[in-house]
Amino acid sequence: MTEENQNEGLTEDEKALLSEILSEDVSDLSEFGESRRNFLKQLTMAGGGILAFELFGGQELLASPATQPFIESIENAVTLSFKVNGAKKSLSLDSRMTLLDTLRERLQLTGSKKGCDHGQCGACTVLVDGKRVLSCLTLAASCSNKSVTTIEGLAKDGELHPMQAAFLKHDGFQCGYCTPGQICSAVSLLSEAKDGEVSYVTANVQTSKGAVSLSEEEIRERMSGNICRCGAYPNIVDAIREVHTGKGVAQNWQFVDDNQASNTSDLPKNDNK
Amino acid sequence: MRPFIYTPTSTVSAATQKLKANPHAKYLAGGTNLLDLMKEDVEKPTELVDITRLVLTEVKAITTGVNKGGITIGALGKNTDTANHPLIRQNFPLLTQSILAGASAQIRNMASNGGNLNQRTRCPYFYETSMPCNKREPGSGCGALEGINRMHAIFGWSQACVAVHPSDMCVALAALDAVVKVQGADGKERSIPFTDYHRLPGDTPQKDNTLNPGELITSIEIPINNFANTSYYLKVRDRASYAFALISVAAGVELEGTRIKQAKIALGGVAHKPWRALEAEKFLIGKEATEANFKQAAELEMKSAKPLEHNEFKIELGKRAITRALMQAMTGGKA
Repeated sequence: MTEENQNEGLTEDEKALLSEILSEDVSDLSEFGESRRNFLKQLTMAGGGILAFELFGGQELLASPATQPFIESIENAVTLSFKVNGAKKSLSLDSRMTLLDTLRERLQLTGSKKGCDHGQCGACTVLVDGKRVLSCLTLAASCSNKSVTTIEGLAKDGELHPMQAAFLKHDGFQCGYCTPGQICSAVSLLSEAKDGEVSYVTANVQTSKGAVSLSEEEIRERMSGNICRCGAYPNIVDAIREVHTGKGVAQNWQFVDDNQASNTSDLPKNDNK
Repeated sequence: MRPFIYTPTSTVSAATQKLKANPHAKYLAGGTNLLDLMKEDVEKPTELVDITRLVLTEVKAITTGVNKGGITIGALGKNTDTANHPLIRQNFPLLTQSILAGASAQIRNMASNGGNLNQRTRCPYFYETSMPCNKREPGSGCGALEGINRMHAIFGWSQACVAVHPSDMCVALAALDAVVKVQGADGKERSIPFTDYHRLPGDTPQKDNTLNPGELITSIEIPINNFANTSYYLKVRDRASYAFALISVAAGVELEGTRIKQAKIALGGVAHKPWRALEAEKFLIGKEATEANFKQAAELEMKSAKPLEHNEFKIELGKRAITRALMQAMTGGKA
């Protein structure tokens, strides 16, 4: 099949896009009647990496012109209508899709992270109808008519959610992979405590009345479903404590000031010369 | 994950009919255990019957019948809501403590009460499909029997299976003499005493419980007791939170003056089902509630324990955990 033949199924717009993507050299070559597939193979083998990359990119664009990825057929398809960060969404999904994969792969909301995918790490934590849950163990199909809030939905009118701001202030992360889950979990934790929900370390579940005041021990117990392999736990606890109490908690780090930055003699000496 | 048909339902009878029609179908409630096992290719249902929209979520006081004064808990209530219900916190704090000792806040928000009963063992040989496991594949052997069995059973195990039941909530329900209400496709209801609900492995470890195929748990009933203020759930684990029990103890002590009228004790992490410590209970009747008596009761209970290669430590740990749980119970866990 020639390049020319293969282009027959394309719309005028797509042909224009293809010719834009294909460099002059490639257009010349294509006149030899080589198939595009062979072409790419040769280009890649010949080390024409950049060119090949452009071509692949072009193909991808052609394959998915709309914002919705093109899907030929779905086995055991289910239709799902629900709200995500306040916006109504309707999708047709494979029944196996978890809420996490749906958010990331179908709705381009990649803030929620896939850590273990087995409910052990908490990186995928989102709020469903206001409650924190693990999106990796939630079937998307079961979320019909529910309201999901992800890390992308916490900031309002360009203002960070107080918990996001507190995580920044207290450096509640290193690599940041667990952070969206930590923050969603922490936001939910505060409303749980406000609603008087007790925990395993609450002193007396019989007499505890009203909102629960969160000690460090309470915060740690209630956040135990969110693992941080960098070990930023002390800073995470500080951030949550600050938002919970509404009182400033001193941050345990500072940026270098201009003086320190310009005066290298303040830096530790390297003895291994 | 293998393909499956997703079937939402809105009534108990529709749900049970679906399972009758397809023996390879499973109920989907919280999904916290089932979806994980499906990802691991341990569970392979061809259809999931979503029961989360069934109206079986109520917690309410029982006002008539033999369990008058007790409480009934809907099978599809969430673990979090059950633990925090005012009636349960006030009258059955043991249940509240046990639920809160398990899993994480996220999982407790998802997990249903019925699903907690029906969760499967976390034995790593059950999860690892390249290893033999009679529970996963009857007749293939037990990988844990001579494998790494530190977390495994010391009571009631068989050559076919040494796995333990993973639930905390169920340990408290066993001590509380709960009753499991179930309904089948024929519409008939059954009541199963909690200690008969789960079973020991014997030659058929693939059967975790005594439910008939397709039967659905509708509620759990707990009779009233006189030890709400003298009960405690103690969980001993490898880390402070979000870990399965090495050993857990649900203890309730009913007093008559300074003497023990009756004690209810159940152990977790030691057997294929929540283990009622009947020897210890029998010994304590009529005794003074002293540490020395608690210790002796614990010694008696652990006499019949049969450890595996890596879990002999659970015998001494069990003695101390039973003693400590009973001591804590005397102050309602407040000491």
